Amino acid sequence: MGDLKTLITRRKRFDAGFRAAGLVATLVGVLILLALLVDLAADGLARVSWQFLTSYPSRFAAEAGILSAWVGTSLVMLITALAAVPLGVAAGVYLEEYARKTWLTDLIEINLANLAGVPSIVYGLMALGIFVYQLRLGQSILTAGLTLALLVLPIVIIASREAIRAVPGSIREAAYALGATKWQMVRDHLLPYSLGGIATGVIIGLSRAIGETAPLVTIGALAFIAFLPPAPWQPAFPFVSFEWVKSPFTVMPIQMFNWISRPQQEFHVNAAAAGLVLIAMTLVMNGLAVYLRYRFRRRVTW
Amino acid sequence: MNIIKARAPGPLTPSVSRARPWLRFRPTGAMSGRRVQRFRERAIESLLFLAAFSSVVVTVGLVGILAYESIPFFRRVPLSEFLTDRLWTPLFADPHFGILPLVAGTLVTTAVALVVAVPIGTITAIYLSEYAPHRMREAVKPFLELLTAVPTVVYGYFALLVVTPALQRLIPGLPGFSMLSAGLVIGIMIVPYVSSVSEDAMRAVPMAIREGSYAMGATRFQTAVRVVVPSALSGIAAAYVLGVSRAIGETMVVAIAAGMQPNLTWNPMEPAATITAFIVQVSLGDLPHGSVGYQSIFAAGLTLMAMTFVFNLAGHLLRRRFREVY
Repeated sequence: MGDLKTLITRRKRFDAGFRAAGLVATLVGVLILLALLVDLAADGLARVSWQFLTSYPSRFAAEAGILSAWVGTSLVMLITALAAVPLGVAAGVYLEEYARKTWLTDLIEINLANLAGVPSIVYGLMALGIFVYQLRLGQSILTAGLTLALLVLPIVIIASREAIRAVPGSIREAAYALGATKWQMVRDHLLPYSLGGIATGVIIGLSRAIGETAPLVTIGALAFIAFLPPAPWQPAFPFVSFEWVKSPFTVMPIQMFNWISRPQQEFHVNAAAAGLVLIAMTLVMNGLAVYLRYRFRRRVTW
Repeated sequence: MNIIKARAPGPLTPSVSRARPWLRFRPTGAMSGRRVQRFRERAIESLLFLAAFSSVVVTVGLVGILAYESIPFFRRVPLSEFLTDRLWTPLFADPHFGILPLVAGTLVTTAVALVVAVPIGTITAIYLSEYAPHRMREAVKPFLELLTAVPTVVYGYFALLVVTPALQRLIPGLPGFSMLSAGLVIGIMIVPYVSSVSEDAMRAVPMAIREGSYAMGATRFQTAVRVVVPSALSGIAAAYVLGVSRAIGETMVVAIAAGMQPNLTWNPMEPAATITAFIVQVSLGDLPHGSVGYQSIFAAGLTLMAMTFVFNLAGHLLRRRFREVY
């Protein structure tokens, strides 16, 4: 009987030990995230200033800034969203509502699962081969936006599908019962109700795209851009201009990469500051996604 | 049902005409309204199908352009030299085209990353799924998700300017660039992928199986390791495969912290280039279409795709092998 008791005590002790180890392992991730933020802030926070946000890159670390980088990032993200959202939502609607079980649908499903595992730099090679050289779009904002759009397409499609799937069947049946066609049902009921989920997915997708560096290095984004793309408006008719999509560009992560690669300590400080701004952008986007998810979950009660 | 407003298209007030007033004046002589509507439905379905099919086009484009642009490379370099030469110096005056150094660099950094990510990720998953109280799980998961949202270039900064100096204090003689420090940071980076997918798999194991184990007097640890983990093995394998493919494809951390010199070595303390770092290095320079550098990055990309594909296939087979159906 004593044997059993010691056995039980030993196992309980082992169990408690593992619980502690588990807690430590779990906290490692959280703590490293915090350490990363604190370290970045300690190195770069002092450098983040109005001057830093409104200056072009420069040979002198103290005068350099991220104006062309954040403008470039914003414009590239605009193109990415314009391309990925309609395509991704349409694909999600098709796969959830229209697709019949055929080999073609199976092919699309398997393909989507595999696309998510393709290294991002391979997208950059494809963009270099197809967008830059075959379609002659150049090393431009348009090329970069389309490349990142293809990269986040699987995320947008998967998020749209989940949001659409969450709409209960009774909504669909109610619409049909009132004589709606399939598209009327999708447009007037499914899409409005799944909007929150789709928006969440889109924002998470874009927050991934904003930090992507490798594919844009591959298509030839430059780190030293001391000008802004041409303005989207012009004085003469037709008053809007799309010249900016063809402009060369730089983005935040590439600017940061460039500064890290330099040996001088002062540029590393700039890199830390750029990293802080970049992380702030992604955190704001992720926070927005979490808020949207929470809001829509609370408001919708089926 | 508090947000559902009555916006149903009734037979008397077709929603078509309200939403799109110009359609009220459509010519009805040639086609009746119903026919127009049926045509519209068909057209919309085709458009949506095209959108869904575009993902297949992307895949074809990916593989196609890699193969197409690699053809001139493999005309110049025989496959035997590509696979067996021990030097990779495509841009030197005396070019060698052996992919082995790059593959070795990729495998070593991936291995270091897995040594970090597999234990931490698995233990985290077991803890969150089997031990942690509900509220703690809900509090920790967003933080782990945020780890995947941090841009990789920031991890690169961390590897080069924080982890490497720290390691140099522990290991005297460690060079300023090393696969060890890049691998460690990649490992931390992929922990959330490993832990969240494995946790999902463990949570999918039915409660009844756990209760059976507890009823036999097993502790939580025994239940977790001998019952839950084996039952969830296919999902856990999928999590590892996801981690491996992330680590193989990771670019910025290795480009920043592991150095960009191709170096055929299995020693993680040395600097070396991975396939991805090589692509970045060449892309940073001037890259005229059709030059040797241009062709070589596509050949390297094709190799990267092939490696990812092999790992994914292995993962798929593993998953099938260990699948448990309840």
